[in-house]
Amino acid sequence: MVENRPWLTVFSHIVLLIGVVIIAFPVWMTFVASTHDAQTMLRSPVPLLPGPHFFKNYREVLTEGYARTSGIPVTIALFNSMVMALGICIGKIIISIIAAFAIVYFRFPFRMAAFWAIFVTLMLPVEVRIVPTYGVVAGLGMVDSYSGLIIPLIASATATFLFRQFFLSVPDELAEASRVDGAGPIRFFLDILLPMSRTTIAALFVIQFIYGWNQYLWPLLVTNKESFYTAVMLVARQATAVDATPSWNLIMATAMLAMLPPVLVVIFMQRQFVRGLVETEK
Amino acid sequence: MEKRVTFNEKTLPYLLVLPQIVITIVFFFWPSWQAIYQSVLLEDAFGGNTRFVWLDNFAHIFQDPAYYRSVMVTAVFSLLVAGLGLAVSLLLAVMADRIVRGATAYRAFLVWPYAVAPAVAGVLWGFLFNPAVGIVAWTLRTVGYDFNYVLNGGQALALVVFAAVWSQISYNFLFFLAGLQSIPKSLIEAAAIDGAGPGRRFWTIIFPLLSPTGFFLLVVNVIYAFFGTFGVVDGLTKGGPARATEILVFKVYNDGFRGQDLGGSAAQSVILMAIVILLTVVQFRFIERRVHY
Repeated sequence: MVENRPWLTVFSHIVLLIGVVIIAFPVWMTFVASTHDAQTMLRSPVPLLPGPHFFKNYREVLTEGYARTSGIPVTIALFNSMVMALGICIGKIIISIIAAFAIVYFRFPFRMAAFWAIFVTLMLPVEVRIVPTYGVVAGLGMVDSYSGLIIPLIASATATFLFRQFFLSVPDELAEASRVDGAGPIRFFLDILLPMSRTTIAALFVIQFIYGWNQYLWPLLVTNKESFYTAVMLVARQATAVDATPSWNLIMATAMLAMLPPVLVVIFMQRQFVRGLVETEK
Repeated sequence: MEKRVTFNEKTLPYLLVLPQIVITIVFFFWPSWQAIYQSVLLEDAFGGNTRFVWLDNFAHIFQDPAYYRSVMVTAVFSLLVAGLGLAVSLLLAVMADRIVRGATAYRAFLVWPYAVAPAVAGVLWGFLFNPAVGIVAWTLRTVGYDFNYVLNGGQALALVVFAAVWSQISYNFLFFLAGLQSIPKSLIEAAAIDGAGPGRRFWTIIFPLLSPTGFFLLVVNVIYAFFGTFGVVDGLTKGGPARATEILVFKVYNDGFRGQDLGGSAAQSVILMAIVILLTVVQFRFIERRVHY
């Protein structure tokens, strides 16, 4: 602190508190809505404090689901989201780390071509080429399958770059020493490079898990069967369904459950999260 | 930068890059080529007849008032999302950087919206402003302001902007905070000794030194407003009422999947691709410059 200005400090706290309240308010109201019965949530003004139906509502959405828009229990959707998020994030890390290893530690024809081919994918987010990508996936028979949800999203230029940057910063002496000791590239990768990459992997894991869990447009396209719906999709479908008397308590309980896993990851792995965000720069 | 020490293997490196390259070709290059190819074809919805029509699809788009409307909506929307998002998060970051006590707690409370899916964020805000049961809509009505985003296009756009900004604030906040913390304290102290007050110090020292971060975030936010907000729109308004919130990405989806106008949708995709490539080039040129800073 440069100088003591108590009023400015008080002002800072007030601004931050207002910020926190605005950030938290929608989620607080969602939680409150998920603890009342359906009738209470149809009368305006809705209550601002939690009600007594917490367990009943959550049990209902987890075991039966919100029958009016889709019959599937939220448990299934949460499972689908988990498979998709873990599949995307582990898949991305594996294919990126080996590709970066090849690009950094070997000299081979078309090395730079491979590098640029990965690089330009940064420029083509899935949103701009949805119709033809859907066509390819449908042609491969991957609609309504976990592979269809996961594989098209696991190519990652950012993760490849991050590993490349990290490998370039690893001292050459390590590779030299292991070559002198007679270790091949695979041995070097598994015994030396992989353990050294732990923190980078952890940071990427957090970011990519959130990315995978929060995918919306892609699952919307490649799933027709309800049994493959993800949690995020379920929330959006229920909330925008045209319905004269929506059960907001159940819709909001579903929303809470769909938010919980990635929010917990951010809260409990905040250090890795911040690191991952700043390093991947996207 | 290149490694001096490398391994000598003939086939292993190819096997290692193969998975990434195969996925890239199958799910990036091939569909992108298809988008360009489809954009010059006229196809009926059942895939029966396909005709090569040169640039007719593009000509149709540029003669379509609905497309210009969508361009306008996207421009207003991106400007508001980027402008508001950057201003609010800069204010919060400057305040969080000033205080000593409770800084980590504030940070913890401000970063987690990043983990909420944009589509869920749309649903949350839709609930707050729901004309029938929304608590904020009710409050506004009691003070005499009728808020109904289901019917009023301007209000719907405002709501989509709020939800999109809410989703993006954490990201901007973290980058601004990191930028602020990297400014040497000695500069600020020197200015304080010379008698510059907090406002003066902010505008003449902190703000200029923060401008690289600000510019980087501006590009990221514009890209986010263009492409990352599909979920917000779909979870909140579905482009309505009367297309008042139909941003370009949503129109590609709507025309291609709902309207079955594959050629028109592909042509719009190609235009969007050109926009993303342009934005990405701007971003990379800037990052290159920042390295030499």
